[in-house]
Amino acid sequence: MADNQCDRCGAHDAVVHLTQIVDDEMSTSHLCEECAAEQGLEPTPEAVNFPLTDFLAQMGEEQEESTANLGTCDFCGLSFQDFRDSGRLGCPQCYSTFEPHLRNLLRRIHGGTKHVGKVYLPPDPSATEMEKRLETLRRRLERAVASEDFERAAELRDEIRDLEPAT
Amino acid sequence: MDDLNTVPDYGLHWMEASGAHADIVLSTRVRLARNLQGHAFGPRARVNDREAVLRRLREVTGRVPQFASGPLLEMPEMDTRTRRILMERRLVSRDLLGSEEDGPARGTALLLSGSDPTSVMVNEEDHLRLQALVSGLRLQEAWSHVDRLDEELGQDLPFAFHPEFGYLTSCPTNVGTGLRASVFMHLPGLVLTKEIGKVLQGLSQVGLTFRGLYGEGSEVVGNFFQVSNQTTLGKTEEDLVDHLEQIVRRVIRYETDARRVLLRDARGVTEDKIWRAYGLLRYARSLSFEELMNLLSGVRLGVSLKLLPGLRVYTLNKIMIFTQPAHLEQAAGHDLPPAESDTHRAAFVRSILAAEGDVSVEGTSPDGPASELDA
Repeated sequence: MADNQCDRCGAHDAVVHLTQIVDDEMSTSHLCEECAAEQGLEPTPEAVNFPLTDFLAQMGEEQEESTANLGTCDFCGLSFQDFRDSGRLGCPQCYSTFEPHLRNLLRRIHGGTKHVGKVYLPPDPSATEMEKRLETLRRRLERAVASEDFERAAELRDEIRDLEPAT
Repeated sequence: MDDLNTVPDYGLHWMEASGAHADIVLSTRVRLARNLQGHAFGPRARVNDREAVLRRLREVTGRVPQFASGPLLEMPEMDTRTRRILMERRLVSRDLLGSEEDGPARGTALLLSGSDPTSVMVNEEDHLRLQALVSGLRLQEAWSHVDRLDEELGQDLPFAFHPEFGYLTSCPTNVGTGLRASVFMHLPGLVLTKEIGKVLQGLSQVGLTFRGLYGEGSEVVGNFFQVSNQTTLGKTEEDLVDHLEQIVRRVIRYETDARRVLLRDARGVTEDKIWRAYGLLRYARSLSFEELMNLLSGVRLGVSLKLLPGLRVYTLNKIMIFTQPAHLEQAAGHDLPPAESDTHRAAFVRSILAAEGDVSVEGTSPDGPASELDA
């Protein structure tokens, strides 16, 4: 069998090279994409390890015309071209200025655009903000209790009590 | 050098070799990127933006318990060597030091806690980088420290936050949680058995990435890798930390398995490598930092496998930190050109190893005491 053929079917080129140490025995198998997939070894469709600026340049080529009239950020003066060159946004406002394009980019980088982590509570929070915040804190409290971090759990309980509307 | 004396534990607590798996995992870091509303981000910030950020932070630190007794070190006010030492102790990034000609930008600073392992880098790429750096594998602990700090600072500082995208950052790769958790690992077994490529490739497939000694863009030396999460948006902080921990534990298992295979199939060669590395460190008259890191990797493996009885992981961590260029210059009391630095480095290593006493040679005999991994 040629070196680059799949160990399993022998028909296609091997693209997945899997080395395992089982019971101290090292074994390496070379599989084609289909056989690998059948064994549940599907490589993730898109490796996220890529230089941001290369990707941005590529994105620029695809969207040459539409990005030209995106203008610049009102607050810091950054243009979309500046962003493409540096890979860095200029200020918080840029996220609104370039929102549609950023949404695509964020999807490519992170696989989604929706933040589900902790929620910042501004000094004068809305009811929704407050509720989201409480959700985060309750989730953490459960976790602290589960991991027997009682000191942290007590802190979180106090924090929740302070935020919860009086009943 | 006065500034360094104000740094709690001199910023060295992370090298104490405590915590789980301290022979394989040197340290754990969790950082959160935060920016203030109404100011341009680091790369685009003007002097008045940076100064305003620093002023706001200074105003609130008084009531943040973590910072009640810690110093605020303004980068431009320190001498070059002290700044480099802070970088070599991994408390500030290379970026914060600025270019060689211009030095650090006005407003750049490092705020250190006097009571826990947290610190804040001010006016780097993001306005604030909150970080916790601890010894060994302690992801939950590091996260909990930095989370608490974020809560404290967030009460008084107007963080830039978007209802959909979360915490806003200069680079879109940090947006959302702004969280980067990283674990600094020594993986010689995987490198020697040539398994490392697959492990690193595997990391990228599960949303993790790796870097070298000094973080982003730095090279891998001495088989040391910093493994961290690649994405920051769409998962909770806890999920990101848990996922990293799970994978790191698996990598530790692979590394341990690889070491077992090495001892079983190539014991003679492995022992020879380890003892040669020790011999060179113990007697060499000139060592470049890269050569030292490679030899230290061999010796660290030997200590971990109990083949070099009497040597401690702590000693090796200490050698690694104190043989970096700025540390050697500080000990010498003057600047050192590279060739001179190499002889100072070798002398320092000899003195430390001599102070530790001779390593017993029993372990070298093929019938010598069994290593814990032989089981």
